[in-house]
Amino acid sequence: MQRYLAARLLAFVPVLLGILAVVFLLIRLIPGDAVQLFLGTQVEMTPQQMAELRRFFGVDKPIYAQFIDYLGRILRGDFGVSLRTSRPVLPDILQRLPLSFQLASFALIIATVLAIPLGIASAVRRNSAFDVAARIGGLLGLSIPNFWLGAMLILVFSRYLHVSLGQYVPVTQNPLGTLQSLYLPAVALGAAIAAILMRYVRSSLLEVLGQEYIRTARGKGLQGTVVMLRHALPNALIPVITVLGFQMGYLLGGTVIIEEIFALPGMGRLVLQAIFQRDYPVVQGVVLVIALLFVMTNLVVDLLYAWVDPRIRYA
Amino acid sequence: MPGSTPASATLKRGAPAAEGPPSEGPRLATGWRWWVRRFVRNRVAPIGLVIIAASMLIAVVAPVVVPHDIRRMNPQDALVAPGGKYLFGTDEFGRDVFSRVLMGSRVSLIVAVLSVTAALGLGTTLGLMAGFYGGWWDGVSMRAMDIIFAFPAILLAIAIMAVLGTSLLNLVIAIGIVYTPQFARVARAAALSVRSLEFVDAARALGLGNLRIIHRHVIPNVLAPIIVQVSLSLSLAILSESALSFLGLGTQPPTPSWGNMLSEGRQFLELAPWNAVFPGIAIMLVVLGFNLLGDGLRDLLDPRLR
Repeated sequence: MQRYLAARLLAFVPVLLGILAVVFLLIRLIPGDAVQLFLGTQVEMTPQQMAELRRFFGVDKPIYAQFIDYLGRILRGDFGVSLRTSRPVLPDILQRLPLSFQLASFALIIATVLAIPLGIASAVRRNSAFDVAARIGGLLGLSIPNFWLGAMLILVFSRYLHVSLGQYVPVTQNPLGTLQSLYLPAVALGAAIAAILMRYVRSSLLEVLGQEYIRTARGKGLQGTVVMLRHALPNALIPVITVLGFQMGYLLGGTVIIEEIFALPGMGRLVLQAIFQRDYPVVQGVVLVIALLFVMTNLVVDLLYAWVDPRIRYA
Repeated sequence: MPGSTPASATLKRGAPAAEGPPSEGPRLATGWRWWVRRFVRNRVAPIGLVIIAASMLIAVVAPVVVPHDIRRMNPQDALVAPGGKYLFGTDEFGRDVFSRVLMGSRVSLIVAVLSVTAALGLGTTLGLMAGFYGGWWDGVSMRAMDIIFAFPAILLAIAIMAVLGTSLLNLVIAIGIVYTPQFARVARAAALSVRSLEFVDAARALGLGNLRIIHRHVIPNVLAPIIVQVSLSLSLAILSESALSFLGLGTQPPTPSWGNMLSEGRQFLELAPWNAVFPGIAIMLVVLGFNLLGDGLRDLLDPRLR
């Protein structure tokens, strides 16, 4: 396990550098340089003053030197300063991070709780009416755009059921209030994941149920539930862990859209607002933080996977 | 970090698209009739194909058949409920929602087809070369794909659109980049599994060049998983285009796209829900069509499930 851990951590470094390089280069694709972006179009300056400012910001150096500067700043926790509010970017992002993370996690929990029992039932009663219905439901779940589902949930709940959606309450103040303000957004975000997971659990379990050791277990007279709990499910559900980790990317990206619909003050709304205000340091910061969150979740999931399945770490 | 997981896990992860290509691809070229019969008997795939064909037909003929001019504003008829003169009702400017939904199919399908074509061309080439030649090229190109994969898809598309600015071409670029790694992975995995098979050795022993081996022996064997991937990527591309347009980063009004119609309709959600309901149903139907086709094709082409 230790060797596996070391290898995985080592492989993590180039990906981290790659992410940083992409986020760094993203801003270079914009026409005009950092100084012009900072000044906007309102300020008139002589070329000499511009050159001085470039030297001040360090953007007169070659690009690799600028990248090294950028790496140094990120390592020190300096994510730059907002062009609109002149406040440091990182504290603003960190303040909004909990909401987005709670929303994504809540959606993942809802999806898992729905998907695993449905997937198991669907596989066990293969080709029954229930299975067919679950599969159609799964396909629909994959096909419904999450923003539309969100809008429809708002419509149904506020117009027809007269349920007020309520403002977001931080979990430290009132955990129940947090759940109340996040359950609809979490359903809208989690529906597609529930569909993906259910389909995955179903096909994974069907594959395992066709294995010979299952026939052996049945053949030696074990009861159906024992075969299921002891032999089939553990083997079928292990690969599902990997799918869960991967879907964290969909969930973290999806928060941008869902927060916009439900007017939740998370990282997603921050980045959208920043895009429309051309506040690039904020855009850069949020994209970086979300990508880091995503790769770290995946690292944890991979390690977890290797821990529960020895075949992986000795491969 | 999806890319650096062991191969067994890599094949298993991701959207249903990535459930893993068959290790031995079936021959596509033999017995067309046999395939057509199997395709029709599959039941799922033909339904998908019918939905897709219908939406493509609508996209082509829409400018001729729409009952109302999609740009003409008609304040007296603003926010009229569905029925009568306006099948799907009207929006806040009195424009016909039905006509706009029909016209909206054009942007969605054009962007989806072009971006998936770009991703297919780039990703498959990279993946085939990585899988077939291996070595440093494999390492470099697959690490690059890992890095794209390290960003949530929609977030990367949003970031690219934010930087490049909104235009049809930029939409195609943004969505195309995001879906390239999937093709590279599928193509690489398939090329790897074929590379060491005996018939490739035999072809090499006969003195065939690499390009010819790839063309004659590798590509036919990676076709099946790639076709499935195309169908599933098209469904994701349509969802991405509509999400970007919904956020205001994709197709810009007054050009109607299902995403930006939904975004406008949301402002009158309670007063005139039809403005948001119908574009959403349109997206869902077309995406469902591609999912059905992709699912059905996978069942057909994956020998393990036969």
